[in-house]
Amino acid sequence: MRLATGGLIDRGDAVSFRFDGHSYTGFRGDTLASALLANGLKVVARSFKYHRPRGVFSAGSEEPNALVTLGRGPGAEPNARATMVELREGLEARAQNCWPSVTWDLMEVNDLFAPLLGAGFYYKTFMWPRAFWDKLYEPLIRQAAGLGALSVTANPDRYEKAYAHCDLLVVGAGPAGLMAALVAGEAGADVILADEDARPGGRLNSERLQVGGQPGADWAATVLARLEALPNVRVMRRTSVTGVYDQGTFGALERVGQHLDTRAPDLPLECFWRIAAKQVVLASGALERSVAFAGNDRPGVMLAGALRSYLNRYAVAPGRRVTVFGNSDDAHRTAADLLAAGVHVAALIDARPEARCDLEVPFYPGAVVSQVKGRMGVEAVRVKTASGTQAIVSDCLAVSGGWNPNVHLSCHLNGRPVWDAALAAFVPAPDAVPGLIPAGAAAGVMSTAGCLADGARAAGVALAALGRKVPDLALPEAEDAPYRIRPLWVVPGRGRAWLDLQNDVTVKDVQGAAQENFRSVEHMKRYTTQGMSPDQGKTSNIGALAVLADATGRGIAETGTTTYRPPYTPVAIAAMGAGAQGAGFAPERFTSSHAASLERGAPMIEAGLWYRPSYFPAKGEATWRQACDREIGWVRNAVGLCDVTTLGKIDIQGPDAGALLDFVYTNTFSTLKPGRVRYGVMLREDGFVMDDGTTACLAPGHYLMTTTTAAAGPVMRHLEFATQVLRPELDVQITSVTEQWAQFAVAGPKSRALLSEVLESPLDPAEWPFMACGAVRVGGVAARLFRISFSGEEAYEIAVPARFGDSLFRALVARAEALGGGAYGMEALNVLRLEKGLLTHAELHGRTTSFDLGLSGMMAKKKDFIGRAAAARPGLLAGDRERLVGLRPRGPVQQLTAGAFLFAPEAPATRAHAEGYTTSVGFSPTLGHSIALGFLKSGPERQGETVRLVDHLRGIEVLCEVCAPCFYDPDGGRMRG
Amino acid sequence: MVELIAKSAAAGLLPRQIGRVSLSEAVFRPITGISPYAGMVAQAAAAVTAAHGVGLPGPNRLVSGKGAEVLWVGRNRWLLIGPEPDPRLTETAALSDQSDAWVSVLISGADAAAVLARLTPLDLRDRGFAIGTSARSELFHMPAIIARTGAVEWRVMCFRSMARTLVKDLSVAAQSVAARAAL
Repeated sequence: MRLATGGLIDRGDAVSFRFDGHSYTGFRGDTLASALLANGLKVVARSFKYHRPRGVFSAGSEEPNALVTLGRGPGAEPNARATMVELREGLEARAQNCWPSVTWDLMEVNDLFAPLLGAGFYYKTFMWPRAFWDKLYEPLIRQAAGLGALSVTANPDRYEKAYAHCDLLVVGAGPAGLMAALVAGEAGADVILADEDARPGGRLNSERLQVGGQPGADWAATVLARLEALPNVRVMRRTSVTGVYDQGTFGALERVGQHLDTRAPDLPLECFWRIAAKQVVLASGALERSVAFAGNDRPGVMLAGALRSYLNRYAVAPGRRVTVFGNSDDAHRTAADLLAAGVHVAALIDARPEARCDLEVPFYPGAVVSQVKGRMGVEAVRVKTASGTQAIVSDCLAVSGGWNPNVHLSCHLNGRPVWDAALAAFVPAPDAVPGLIPAGAAAGVMSTAGCLADGARAAGVALAALGRKVPDLALPEAEDAPYRIRPLWVVPGRGRAWLDLQNDVTVKDVQGAAQENFRSVEHMKRYTTQGMSPDQGKTSNIGALAVLADATGRGIAETGTTTYRPPYTPVAIAAMGAGAQGAGFAPERFTSSHAASLERGAPMIEAGLWYRPSYFPAKGEATWRQACDREIGWVRNAVGLCDVTTLGKIDIQGPDAGALLDFVYTNTFSTLKPGRVRYGVMLREDGFVMDDGTTACLAPGHYLMTTTTAAAGPVMRHLEFATQVLRPELDVQITSVTEQWAQFAVAGPKSRALLSEVLESPLDPAEWPFMACGAVRVGGVAARLFRISFSGEEAYEIAVPARFGDSLFRALVARAEALGGGAYGMEALNVLRLEKGLLTHAELHGRTTSFDLGLSGMMAKKKDFIGRAAAARPGLLAGDRERLVGLRPRGPVQQLTAGAFLFAPEAPATRAHAEGYTTSVGFSPTLGHSIALGFLKSGPERQGETVRLVDHLRGIEVLCEVCAPCFYDPDGGRMRG
Repeated sequence: MVELIAKSAAAGLLPRQIGRVSLSEAVFRPITGISPYAGMVAQAAAAVTAAHGVGLPGPNRLVSGKGAEVLWVGRNRWLLIGPEPDPRLTETAALSDQSDAWVSVLISGADAAAVLARLTPLDLRDRGFAIGTSARSELFHMPAIIARTGAVEWRVMCFRSMARTLVKDLSVAAQSVAARAAL
């Protein structure tokens, strides 16, 4: 019910919204929760397990009950807390976990079986038969229980991530936080003041309190305006600091666009901030807790402080006849505010026998609420006094069991909070987070004046640590009432008394956990699920552990809390992964020929982050194989062209460049003459092969190393390690120049003819023998030419500065086509090298040695190199190791597959009998059958033998002949030209 | 004979104006990697100063003079940007041509720092990142060199092959910032 006057809402700006299919009206400044209450809605949700009707319980981010789904379709957002959803025009919300509606929910039948469904029920009941769990029990339970559901389609909303840096981060903009920010801001420090509310001010917006001679909310607004005028202060509204991480890093979630009537398409819905702060003032306030008694979950039961928020901030009376129940002076404030708002107070019940009250209300000191009557809402409250019990007719019950300082963030680095008996609450442990200073209610200071002073004090501590002077700021006057509390956790009696409203956990469940010997608070949590779910037990954790402490005969301090972990409030994965959806997952690397390849219709495959053409389709071809076979034919018979830019290129210079190469390669490079190229293999320190490639000597003391595409980064790192750590005395400089050069392989019998056409001077075969390199000019541009071959044909690689790559590629392709060839892709490249038995990382997969690969001869005897000692271990030189072989089909089945296992023909195809495996396969159009490379025990000694290839996954069995790994032109005559 | 046409790394992608930020590509300036030989840093710095008027700055620094800039990019590594390197520099340092290895984007305008704050963890405030600061860091998922060249002007250099991703990431961040500014 909306009050006629008051509140921090804009009554001139009516806002219409929909809840569960019905239209309602609220005001700008409302939350969805306050608007629902103003429209008289009591039941707004169904509980997790028993589907009990539930109403709004709090007025903040701790809300356990009023979870709703916002919107529809792919961007629908489940589990939004109605207390945190700002009302906007056209807002559409739906109740969750109910069918057909929130007021008439068929699954409420669960509540009738409650005696059977207590904590531990599932573990004990659904154990047998075992197979039923996956197929039957779990799906059923999941359907019956739970929260909102995701749309299971990609999220179309834009999210954002950002970084911020400051001297001082102030968490929370209540009286303590505002004062801390003001002091530090005036001192000139870079301050970020983050508050989860759209309207900073904390409790000042919810209480009828004066600060500095003006209403608290006005004082907060004044201070805020002053802070925002300071260039060194950034006020972050709607921003919840969600986590504390190492070295002064804090996670925070900002609600950027959700609250707007209309949102520009580029505006993020939320932003996940990472804030680096030198000092932090934790002014996160305190959360009120409830008391456990029968029926304390009924709609209409709410926290007393939340009721004041609805009265004072939103001008909403959640009931017409309100009973107030508490155990501190704080509850009296609620009764006073109800009276001031003209709402009938049915009773003020104070558990403290010594309590006094001068309000004009029926007052019951030393009494407790033992039961709430009503199902869809509070109908009456049963009060137990020293003289007996009586029922009081009410439609709303405000409860306060005291306040728990918001210690969460102080515990994220594994600090444990400390029990304060006078407060009957946990407070942050000193220095639990380096540089974090708890202040105000978060530190257990419960009066407004105390919070203001404590905020100023905390800012002073932070400023001292920052080496700044503390400005002299007068504290405004404010109430300084003592906080007198008598702990009250549970009112014994019949009926279920609820602790965790979000997870439907009762006092009896926690006691049951103790009986089952789950005595640790962490075990109790797992057994009962208390404290799980989106609210992480904010309104129930302390109450539950008090019950556990009682049930196990220990004190609360001794029982301790469960572990507080980030995030403090839920953070959508979409926010944490902002920008990384789809193609944003990783950078995309494109070669200079990318556009030209796409124009030719080439499908791209990813190689690391690179995109490379798979093949270049031609008219009339139905499959990739046809294209691949054609491209191979070009290379074998005419000339083919392939972009090989992606291979790593490392420039190595210096007087000791040759010595470095000798040290990282197994073979010798210091003897390599300028103008010559050599193939090399490098090992890891453990003796296994790391990478292979060619290195060219460009000039004395100047080399260019080529790595495989996949190992470009790792090899660079390996060289850095070698030069910085292993051989720092070497005078050698290494630089990656992969990106500088666009490089193209020109391969085939007509390659020389093609190059002679494009180069400024034709190639003289006498000057360009196999493995020669040197400077050439093409189109007026200085280029590098290498006569190397990955195809077995006479072949060259030409490199030009990348800016000319596109242009050169097009020119080379055009001329290759004129010569009866053209561009070829990765598929053809792979088969070409397979026919020659050349290696890739399919073979250099990290578990093979030079010995396995038949490259032992390249391991120089007269010099040291990385991996030499480890490679000489006897186990790595045993003849029966799985060693590189070629395989060709021998029998009716011709299909070979990679990743298959090799067995003796008669042996069973089981693990113990495996003798090897295949790594690469392809169909060789040159040979007319499939070929494979693989590793076979004693392989090189078994040429001519028959082995059985078994691919268990694809269900393929093939008899193969073991042969040499090189299938084509084994003596290399074509390659040498 | 063929005629080769130069194409810049971000050709066709830039310039762009998004909100209060403009993105443009610095094209075709010679970039030379300078790595002095062992014990030759001082000599190399003197040679660079003699030839190009600017020396080799300390870590995380950028110096610029008439037509030449030098930025520190790592242990014993600098980039000379602008002039063709004087051949005498090879006496003291290993030189590598990197003119085509980088995509270099200039981000300028009132919201330049806000846009970069969406992408890099660097503290870009005046106190920690004055004009003339250059750092190697990450830009969203990419390694990058980020240098401050003016009060509201920054240069970001990434691998040439990642130009498209760089422009996309900068543009998306700039769009978000512009949408916020319009609130």
